[in-house]
Amino acid sequence: MTNPPEPLIELVGIAKQFGAIQALRGVDLNLYPGEVHALVGENGAGKSTLVKILAGIYRPDAGVIKIDGKVVELHNPAQARNAGIAVIHQEPTLFPDLNVAENVYMGRHPRDRFGRVDWKRMYQEVERLLASLDVRLNVYTPVQGLSVADQQLVEIAKALSLQSRVLIMDEPTAALSAHEVHELFAIAKQLRERGVAILFVSHRLEEIFELADRVTVFRDGTRVATAPIGELTTAEIIRQMVGRALETLYPKSDVEPGEVMLDVRHLTRKGVFADVSFQVRRGEILGFAGLVGAGRTEVARVVFGIDRADAGEIRIGGKPLQIHSPKAAMRYGIAYVPEDRHQHGLIMDFSIARNITLPVLLRQTNLLGLVNQRREREIAQDYSTQLQVRSSGIDQLVRALSGGNQQKVVLAKWLITNPALLILDEPTRGIDVGSKAEVHRIISELARKGLAIILISSDLPEVLAMADRVLVMHEGRVAAEFTHAEVDQEKVMFAATGQVTNDHHQ
Amino acid sequence: MTTTSEHVQEADTLSRRSGNRLVALVSRVRELGLLVVLLLIVAVVGVQVPEFLTLSNMVQILLSISILAIVAIGETLVILTRNVDLSVGSIVGFAAFVAANLFKQNPGTSLLLGILVGCALGLVLGVINGLIVTWGRVPAIVATLGTLYAYRGLEFLYAGGNQVSASDVPDSFLSLATAPFLGIPLLIWFAAVLALVFGYWLRASRTGRQLYAIGSNPDAARLAGIRSGLLVFGVFAISGLLSGFAGVLWGARFATVDATAASGLELQVIAAVVVGGVNIFGGSGEILGAMLGALVLGTIDNSLSFLRVSQFWLQAIDGAAILIAVTLDAFIKRWVQRLLITRRQR
Repeated sequence: MTNPPEPLIELVGIAKQFGAIQALRGVDLNLYPGEVHALVGENGAGKSTLVKILAGIYRPDAGVIKIDGKVVELHNPAQARNAGIAVIHQEPTLFPDLNVAENVYMGRHPRDRFGRVDWKRMYQEVERLLASLDVRLNVYTPVQGLSVADQQLVEIAKALSLQSRVLIMDEPTAALSAHEVHELFAIAKQLRERGVAILFVSHRLEEIFELADRVTVFRDGTRVATAPIGELTTAEIIRQMVGRALETLYPKSDVEPGEVMLDVRHLTRKGVFADVSFQVRRGEILGFAGLVGAGRTEVARVVFGIDRADAGEIRIGGKPLQIHSPKAAMRYGIAYVPEDRHQHGLIMDFSIARNITLPVLLRQTNLLGLVNQRREREIAQDYSTQLQVRSSGIDQLVRALSGGNQQKVVLAKWLITNPALLILDEPTRGIDVGSKAEVHRIISELARKGLAIILISSDLPEVLAMADRVLVMHEGRVAAEFTHAEVDQEKVMFAATGQVTNDHHQ
Repeated sequence: MTTTSEHVQEADTLSRRSGNRLVALVSRVRELGLLVVLLLIVAVVGVQVPEFLTLSNMVQILLSISILAIVAIGETLVILTRNVDLSVGSIVGFAAFVAANLFKQNPGTSLLLGILVGCALGLVLGVINGLIVTWGRVPAIVATLGTLYAYRGLEFLYAGGNQVSASDVPDSFLSLATAPFLGIPLLIWFAAVLALVFGYWLRASRTGRQLYAIGSNPDAARLAGIRSGLLVFGVFAISGLLSGFAGVLWGARFATVDATAASGLELQVIAAVVVGGVNIFGGSGEILGAMLGALVLGTIDNSLSFLRVSQFWLQAIDGAAILIAVTLDAFIKRWVQRLLITRRQR
């Protein structure tokens, strides 16, 4: 295809920082009318931040956005919309109680000469729009009854009704079936014919090769490559995505693994993951790699008794067990440190001491059922020192700690239950480099003490350096398993994006 | 492009029409259900006690719920946006006392001025609620719980233990509630007209539809460029204004007013709104539903006295009505969702 010389949207030097984390470091990007431009990168590479800047949700710290060569400011979603940019977010942003037509025209209902909402015209317009997309949807249906695929179609109809010239799709296919993806792509191609510029964010490389005209790769908040799709191969894209040197942040001590602690066989939860089998030994760190949404956390939730499996078996110490609740899981010696420490791990308005002793509170009560506060403080002080939690004291509120120190408190809280198996879900996400190294040191030490550890992490270098074995998940299945010796970033990315590696036979 | 596409379109329109009917029917299930309940009560009680069915008793029922209904209009708007206004009872009481006292102190005051003073007071108190919720970002349930007590406290300060009684105020003030127009007391007309106006506005104006959007998905509303803060502020102001007006009518209807007037009214109002099918978490419901909710509760109240059931039962029965209505809502919602999903799969 030949690009017209003038880009529709021009991003120059866009930068954005969140706290200590530099999400975008001065990226440039051009979008031309009538092109599908794929944006790829690892988790946390800055794709979603860029999407939110274009959507008017975030304001960039630096850089300019030009539309038709003119500098524009996108301070809120309405301004982005008026500038002709429509965004389909990962989660559809619709009104569940209202019908399809109203969702398309919310806030812009067509009106008659008395200023009343012209319902008839609105329904006709939306029917016409949907027909032009070759989509059959009942415009009178409340959106809450629609599938995610249909909800995305409503979003696309909204974009069309706004006569948007730029359509941004942030991982639109994540929740769709193969057939639905096919239909979505047919529509995307149709929009391209009409001269719409489409920015398509996706993890699935095969989709990018099917749909995109050009590809831009982000890594660590910078743009590392932009090229026409014909000039790239899957391998090259993956190399660009991961191509960074292994940092020497990860002090891994070699431990001779002991007996099998956890043995998971053919575990299946319908529609979420299927036929997942793996073992973890005492003293071993098993890394769980894969893209966001590949099913890693979901497997952990079943092992910890939060969700139920539909099929398969979990053995602990050789005994098949039914784990019906987190309480039961804790009894069997399993501890699970969830990804979102704000929502699931910590009570922000409690002190460090209170948070650490929360899981054992019941066991530390005296005859009257009251908490033995002195004992509580001793335990808290002990763990807090061991893990080197930096604070003004164990009475400090957890809210006031840095992310890394909060994470240490979460770890302490679970270690106090004296687990035999520790599941860590993204233990270093969003914490600074220094604390990260400390968390890694703690994990290594725990393994050395004989704990079996499952490390779920989207930070590839971290998994590669820490794990004795790496399990890669792709769309709810185990795509590959590597030993510490044979694993490298490219193999993992190949498996995680659903490509088959050459040197991995199953 | 001719015959085949026409056929397709025809089949499409057909299937869509049946879909429309279903959706339209389901969205009316609540109102229809309430209507059926209402007719059942009227029939059952009417058979047992014929005097219940007289025209004068029907007017009596309407009269008894009119003030509550006017307040419920504002409350519906607030609840639709996923907020709640607990201070309406205090606003009604405050406005009732201020208006009645105005006529007591200055018997020559024009009726219009009295109404305006009551409305203005309500508006100011509503605006304060709106500011606390939108500008101060205090959750509505806490903000208006606070103003519920604060407004009542202010009224006690102002009233200082005084009372206004029927003999203190001019008859023209009292006639505001009870004077008949076309044979029906003015009070009922006020409620009916306001319900029609706001009900229609909610359905036919962009702003009305945006209130639903805010309650249905606040984040999406922001992304759609809706000025949520302004609109939420607005509905609190309207709720205050309507409560102020209802307060003036309260003074006119009961004539004897002290600082405790209309205490606890807010809970009756919310009960009517919820029984009327307005989702307490916002996003769905209509003024018509809230009015039917008020009517059902009012009719139950009235029938109990005819059936010589102790008034002690009243609260228990009102409570049961709320629980049944809300539980039924949850069931209907799930049922509709399943229905829509299976329809799509076919």
